[in-house]
Amino acid sequence: MIERPISDADLQAYVDGRLPRERRAEVQAWLAAHPEDAERLESYRRIAEGLRDTYSPVLDEPLPANLRRVLRPERLRSAARVAGWVILGAALGALAAWELRDVRAPTAPVAEGAAILAHRAAVAHATYSPEVRHPVEVGADQEAHLVTWLSKRLGTQLRAPKLEAVGYHLVGGRLLPGESGPVAHFMYQCNQGTRVTLYVRSDMPPAQTTAFRYAHEGRVGVFYWVDNKLGYALSSADISKETLLSVANAAYQQLNPP
Amino acid sequence: MNEAERLVELIPRLRRYARALAGDRATADDLVQDTLERAWAKLHLYRRGTDLRAWLFTVMHNVHVNRVRATRPTDTLEEEMPELAQRPAQGDALLVRDIGRAIARLPEEQRAVLLLVTLEDMSYEEVARTLGIPIGTVMSRLSRAREKMRAMLSGGGGGAARLKVVK
Repeated sequence: MIERPISDADLQAYVDGRLPRERRAEVQAWLAAHPEDAERLESYRRIAEGLRDTYSPVLDEPLPANLRRVLRPERLRSAARVAGWVILGAALGALAAWELRDVRAPTAPVAEGAAILAHRAAVAHATYSPEVRHPVEVGADQEAHLVTWLSKRLGTQLRAPKLEAVGYHLVGGRLLPGESGPVAHFMYQCNQGTRVTLYVRSDMPPAQTTAFRYAHEGRVGVFYWVDNKLGYALSSADISKETLLSVANAAYQQLNPP
Repeated sequence: MNEAERLVELIPRLRRYARALAGDRATADDLVQDTLERAWAKLHLYRRGTDLRAWLFTVMHNVHVNRVRATRPTDTLEEEMPELAQRPAQGDALLVRDIGRAIARLPEEQRAVLLLVTLEDMSYEEVARTLGIPIGTVMSRLSRAREKMRAMLSGGGGGAARLKVVK
């Protein structure tokens, strides 16, 4: 009988239990004569076991909220639409371009200005609130820096309202491209992990002040209001309209003191 | 069961693979999230009757590779070798405790092969299909991954030297 030489691929397949029975016996015979290799293969087998022991408990962990959320069909549609841009790393510019093409009328009438504000706030919320790693550019640990930076970029003194009284703490914020200039985006989170975002633009067309308005886009609900040049929109996808209203009220009272 | 439901069933396995691939939980779940979003957007490209698991793991592989490329500066395999080489290793307890650190130090392409074979129990053909590489490459990467893991986990004994040789 002519024996085939034992190859490295044979040894790997032996470790993985993927050899046909006869070949397995041949490898076993060979290993009996090569104790160092036998020991090496035993290490491989223990490493495999160690990997399974280390990582298989993940199979039984409950799914985190953001993964459950991703499975809802209506969210999947909007997420898939924006996720592509994000992955390309050109999210903001591209999103802005797409948005402009989509909604901007050549001369938006006054009432539409506020509606566009709500729309863009909803898109920003849908884009950033599911983020696990990079929900914000600057975290709440640097709140003073965040507010100073965004104020400077928007050319007006901003404030990040304190929403602890209604159960939300500041996560941080980021700068976004708006319709015609930079926009500030603050993110808040409650202890259950639900997020609300506050979208602030400082270049609203002049002389329009509105009361609270409500709009929703897909699952994202938005309360928005305009105070001279400042437009505010508070968004969330995971809380009721009533709860969102109470949060919006808390923000409004601090941002627009009587 | 339709594709969407089967995709949902595969999520825990995606998470396990991602955890081993990415290391920490937040990064891993972030990877799973991106993968699911991408998979959902591309589900129309999946050919019915073919292996949905392989397809989904391919999507994750591509997402992961793109993310790693974007953050390459943090990939410091060589720098940490001296510490590893000095680590004494005895017995199973140490093996298990350090396995996460060892797997994190493997080159990306070797790690993927070893994990798909070990955690997913994929055949070498399935791994080749999932990663889009020839089966010979699967075998050589598997072999190198195992040897590197062994060298790291057994400490000393020329482990560091061997690690530096293999690119």
